[in-house]
Amino acid sequence: MLILECPYCGVHAEETELHAGGEAHLKRFGPGSSDDDFENYLFMRENPKGVHFERWRHVNGCGKWFHAARCTMTLEVFGTYSAQTTEPPKDICDKISAKRPGWSWRNFS
Amino acid sequence: MSTRIQTGGRLIDRTKSVTFKFNGRKLQGYAGDTLASALLANDQMLVGRSFKYHRPRGVVASGAEEPNALVNMGEGAFFEPNQRATTTEVFDGLTATSQNHWPTLEFDVGAINTYLSRFLPAGFYYKMFMYPRAFWKHVYEPFIRQSAGLGKAPKQKDGSDYEHFYAFYDVVVIGGGIAGLQAAKTAAAAGAKVLVMEQTADWGGRAVVDGAEIDGASADAFVAATVAELQAMDNVTLKTRMMGAGVYDHGYLLGYERVSDHDPSLAGPRHRLWRIRTAQIISATGAIERPLSFAGNDIPGVLLASAVRDYLVNWGVSIGERTIVVTNNDDAYRTAIALKQAGLSVPMILDARKSGGGALAQQARDMGIRVENGKAIAKVHGGKRVTAVSICDQAGEGVVLDTIGCDAVAMSGGWSPVVHLYSHCGGKLNWDAEQVMFRPDLTRMPTNQNGQGFVMPAGTANGEMSTAATLADATARALDVVAALGKSAPTLTAPTAASEDAAAIEPVWMMPQGANIKLRMKSWLDYQNDVKVSDVQLAAREGYESVEHTKRYTTLGMATDQGKLSNINGLATLSGALNADIPQVGTTTFRPPYTPISLASIAGSARDEVFQPIRKTPMQDWHMANGADFEPVGHWRRPYCFPRAGETKAQAVEREILQTRKSLGLLDASTLGKIIVKGPDAGKFMDMLYTNMMSTLKVGKCRYGLMCSENGFLSDDGVVARIDENTFLCHTTTGGADRIHAHMEEWLQTEWWDWKVYTANVTEQFAQVAVVGPNARKVLEKLGGMDVSKEALGFMEWADGTLGGFDARVYRISFSGELSYEIAVPASQGRVFWDALLAAGAEFNVMPYGTEALHVMRAEKGFIMIGDETDGTIIPQDLGLNWAISKKKEDYIGKRAQERTFMVDSKRWKLVGLETTDGSVIPDGAYAVGEGVNANGQRNMIGRVTSTYYSPTLGRGIAMGLVLDGPDRMGETIEFPKVDGGSITAKIVDQVFYDKEGTKQDV
Amino acid sequence: MKRYSIFAVAREAARYHTGWDRAWASPEPKKKYDAIIIGAGGHGLATAYYLGKNHGIKNVAILEKGWLGGGNTGRNTTIIRSNYLQDPSAAIYEKSRSLYETMSQDLNYNVMFSPRGVIMLAQTEHEVRGYLRTAHANAQQGVATEFIGPEQVKKLVPIINIHGPRYPVLGGLWQARGGTARHDAVAWGYARACSDMGMDVIQKCEVTGVRRENGRVVGVDTTKGAIDCDKLGIVVAGHTSDLAEMAGFRLPIESVALQALVSEPIKPCMDVVVMANTVHGYMSQSDKGEMVIGGGTDGFNNYTQRGSFHHIEETVRALVETFPMISRLKMLRQWGGIVDMTGDRSPILSKTPVDGVFVNCGWGTGGFKAIPGSGWAMAELMAKGQSPLTDEFSMWRFREGKFIDESVAAGVAH
Repeated sequence: MLILECPYCGVHAEETELHAGGEAHLKRFGPGSSDDDFENYLFMRENPKGVHFERWRHVNGCGKWFHAARCTMTLEVFGTYSAQTTEPPKDICDKISAKRPGWSWRNFS
Repeated sequence: MSTRIQTGGRLIDRTKSVTFKFNGRKLQGYAGDTLASALLANDQMLVGRSFKYHRPRGVVASGAEEPNALVNMGEGAFFEPNQRATTTEVFDGLTATSQNHWPTLEFDVGAINTYLSRFLPAGFYYKMFMYPRAFWKHVYEPFIRQSAGLGKAPKQKDGSDYEHFYAFYDVVVIGGGIAGLQAAKTAAAAGAKVLVMEQTADWGGRAVVDGAEIDGASADAFVAATVAELQAMDNVTLKTRMMGAGVYDHGYLLGYERVSDHDPSLAGPRHRLWRIRTAQIISATGAIERPLSFAGNDIPGVLLASAVRDYLVNWGVSIGERTIVVTNNDDAYRTAIALKQAGLSVPMILDARKSGGGALAQQARDMGIRVENGKAIAKVHGGKRVTAVSICDQAGEGVVLDTIGCDAVAMSGGWSPVVHLYSHCGGKLNWDAEQVMFRPDLTRMPTNQNGQGFVMPAGTANGEMSTAATLADATARALDVVAALGKSAPTLTAPTAASEDAAAIEPVWMMPQGANIKLRMKSWLDYQNDVKVSDVQLAAREGYESVEHTKRYTTLGMATDQGKLSNINGLATLSGALNADIPQVGTTTFRPPYTPISLASIAGSARDEVFQPIRKTPMQDWHMANGADFEPVGHWRRPYCFPRAGETKAQAVEREILQTRKSLGLLDASTLGKIIVKGPDAGKFMDMLYTNMMSTLKVGKCRYGLMCSENGFLSDDGVVARIDENTFLCHTTTGGADRIHAHMEEWLQTEWWDWKVYTANVTEQFAQVAVVGPNARKVLEKLGGMDVSKEALGFMEWADGTLGGFDARVYRISFSGELSYEIAVPASQGRVFWDALLAAGAEFNVMPYGTEALHVMRAEKGFIMIGDETDGTIIPQDLGLNWAISKKKEDYIGKRAQERTFMVDSKRWKLVGLETTDGSVIPDGAYAVGEGVNANGQRNMIGRVTSTYYSPTLGRGIAMGLVLDGPDRMGETIEFPKVDGGSITAKIVDQVFYDKEGTKQDV
Repeated sequence: MKRYSIFAVAREAARYHTGWDRAWASPEPKKKYDAIIIGAGGHGLATAYYLGKNHGIKNVAILEKGWLGGGNTGRNTTIIRSNYLQDPSAAIYEKSRSLYETMSQDLNYNVMFSPRGVIMLAQTEHEVRGYLRTAHANAQQGVATEFIGPEQVKKLVPIINIHGPRYPVLGGLWQARGGTARHDAVAWGYARACSDMGMDVIQKCEVTGVRRENGRVVGVDTTKGAIDCDKLGIVVAGHTSDLAEMAGFRLPIESVALQALVSEPIKPCMDVVVMANTVHGYMSQSDKGEMVIGGGTDGFNNYTQRGSFHHIEETVRALVETFPMISRLKMLRQWGGIVDMTGDRSPILSKTPVDGVFVNCGWGTGGFKAIPGSGWAMAELMAKGQSPLTDEFSMWRFREGKFIDESVAAGVAH
């Protein structure tokens, strides 16, 4: 039963207030993209045992989408941040580095 | 025999007697009794039968760990099986019956299994009952099912109420013994908001039974003072009859409060499930005594030593007149001493340790009790109750030295800390070889969302066995928790207790050590499931070496007590059989709940009408008052049709359709989704959302549009109206409103967040009515106030105005093929508007129609329906909707996906109309078959029906379907096999059956 | 192998069961095998079994990180059915169901397959149409199902409330030869049979790397050393992404928690399996008497084998509404497993970009029922390079847009 802090409204939201939205920081590939890129974009997913970046929506709350950095093995939450960014913010990455030295996720570390 | 003695019993009120029934027999107990203590007070030693062998079973414990004393409780709507007598407080009028026997508890035919037990070892069913094959389902399984199970199945709907409760704390202390109370006091003194819960009705736990001394006074005095102190604090909540049921991630904790189980006459809910979020949990859950494994340790009258003491001290009940105590540790001496002090006989204490016990042993000897070191029980004699015990050397193979008459045996194999709650979220344990127990490893505590430990064991639950150590540990662990909360430590004087001079426990996993197979086959590990030492050894021999394999193969620990008594003994037996260390073998996983909790408490109050919320349109009351037959659509309930007296549903639908086509029908369309998309970039966004070009739609006009998922599949459709340059109103399907609004927000917030667009789901802000039929215009003209003529309001246009005094937005759109207006008014005026339409339409014999008429009329017109023609695998191109897909746009959601090889495959089934050759209706869901079979032997299929109805308008069956090469095969016939034989032949035709030219809707 | 029978049990009883052999051997790994299967769950063991039985490939090792049958095989609600809508699903699940019919005899291990029947309730008009469609499809696929009315549902399940005020039962899709089996026994029976064929079931042996040369697999690194092989089958459910990464490719898989629970045991009160998809819950009664209950998955990636309590709550609420008499029964135990979900919620049985490496995963919430069929098909794929049962389940279908979507007809994947 997760609790995530919504970075928009500041509420420590119960899992029942939230909707999980899958992997974060996907880059959209539209018409004209290669089959490879499109398949990767739509289906291939990071599925790590450890640090993961994912999307959530505070659906029964302020309605905003946001991102969370979370460990899939312990469910520890390293931080939540705006959905309107293409990469995790530095302060969250630093926080993860302090707790999980040597971590990496996609091309972030 | 077990009986109530003249004095004692700290929990009972001898002035208040209660009457209850067991197996139809009227018995007396006292207020404060548990059902178990009251039964024992009445010499009811035999209380049930075991699961597999139907062996006689008596009470063995005094609390939540009890595996045997399970009863059917109550009657009728208040009947409940498997109620644990040791945790059931007795009340006036309680009725209980024993379980798992036929015909009676005393004489149970199933007990034949005990004579067959040699043929029924662990896992016997995996090795037999295989032939003949059909016998499993028809003979063996029914027999096994009938003899298994425990309590009876309830017959009626539950007559009690239940509720949920939400709560938030800094610290929740689980367990109201001295450790829990001391920890709570420490945390509360630091200013934390604290909840303390105790599963029984009384505070104090073991210390008050064992007569511990704290700060020079009795434990009772300490408990009373501490409880009073806590009660006086504003930041502390104290709860009895509430169990910590389960610990979940991020500090989520379930508290199971049995509000009125002890007195069903109380008003209010029976159980209350507390859903708690807490920063820290202190698990002061104490420890559970382990049985010893000797032959006949399951005979009624053999109890845990602590239970014998509990019954004596708490309830004034003696289990027997002559009790033999057998132990591998000092604690059981307390039982002997207490019995002796109560004037009962203790013929002998058998201490399996060669060097015997410490100070308590000396005290026992001083009282004249015979203590035999290095001795063990070879065998307990008796059937339905204990008659004698044969004694042997622990170090030997069971040669009987002596046989002593007795009527009770008090056994102690040591204590296991209750680590369940600590373990639910992944807390790890260490094996403490010195104390012979698993105890929490505080360096591997379960962690919360911050990566911080959040379940702190304290006192005995943390492996501290003496009063002094328990109190010290409780204080220290509570200070750890205070520090974890970031609060400063309070100044408190920790209570003290004298240190105890105890001799060390010695591991004794089998009694005697060299017991032969005959004895091992009579030495029970799991009383309820009938698992013996020999069974675990057999599992190991056969290669079921993992502790999980052994558990599952033998069913050890899988009974309703979840192995509270049996797990460690079983594990030790397994490690012995494997010649491995106990920690190497490991434990099974502790899972919630700590003890079983009612399903009703989990479901809470959401039952029957309030099971799920019902969404209602402003006209819902009218529908209900006018006999609507409802169907659930999402959380809405929409009228399917409005049958009149004597009418079937089909007849009602036919009447509604014919009248609408002939004159005038009304549809409550309020459930249709209405979403406003607004902003300078609204047009750009609409072009991405819809396959059509929406940005070119003129203000005042409507356009039918399609929305796809990014995976290319058609997801929703509806009419879009352009309200002004920056504003669109999107209609969605009833089921699609929330989903599509979420879809819009997702794209706007996570992909195109720099676009200036806002959305709002205004579905419930408007009541919407479709006014349909040749007389639709006339009725609106009658209401007056707006020009709804063809010239002023053409087909696929909309206008705002005042209609019959109502603020209205009128859309000239049609889903039926008739002249049709959909009129939105503010929701608050919906019902009045509906009534006004009915009144104005009376002269045209207006008829409300339901969803089925809606479906049939749209099918007659060849319109697709999301959910019928689509199913999540259909792209617009499959449905011949290419006209609604803009060729000019570079991009829209789903466009790239629709370019994939399988999406452009010419072999995709395409939508066509289907007309049966005999006029009948093709069954819902029918498939059309082609020649031959595929590689897996399945009939090749070439199409399927998507919508199929009897058309009252045409007087015949009509259908739409997806067919291989369909549009190229117009006029050909295909076969639809029926599930019950035979088939229906249908001709492939155009999908528009009614008014192909579209003249009727455009008048 | 000593055959199991009532006579063998009687014979052993005479000597207090001291003469039973190990059900499976506990060997150390050899240097090389013709084929290695990673994962000694039901699917992995069944794959090995049919490699030996159907294709004569017996120099096989099955490597298991923990204890055999310890993943989802031992954690599921044991429902067996084949009333799937899409052709490829119906084919493999029906193959599987039919193999369950004779599994006890084939393996000489009683897996207690109980063809007691499975009902999927229709509680909305949409569901009615969906199940009618499935019934029609099944008729052409050789799967025996029928759509039955509410009175027949009530007759089969007397404890059901068909007049629920919120979602009355409108009928159901009935598969009379669906049912349940004893999950652990399936793994144990296959393990015993594999061991008997001379295969090595190696427990507590974790694979740490997949060794490749020139785009072809040559072996694996394990906690018990390097082992060579010609072919490698990855059959590890929730842990597939890890293994795929070791082999150098990616899969459209996410791992989430699925939960289940049982009540305390009671005397028989329900003889069939009931699935109620509108309200999200399903229930059967085990031979022991427990009501076995399951529901939906969590929505987020999770490897903890624990789920969120609100799913338990939703499921229990749905079932108390559907079966009012269970209200006063008690939840004995709840647990979770990690299931791997693909992009279309259907499994992947496929060759991979690495020659000699095959993958069997993505069974999501419905893997137990597929064990024998999946093993049969996977063995054929590994032995011959192709199987009609696996053709449509290729890992490349996502690129083509050729999905196998079972959610379409009110169906669920459980």
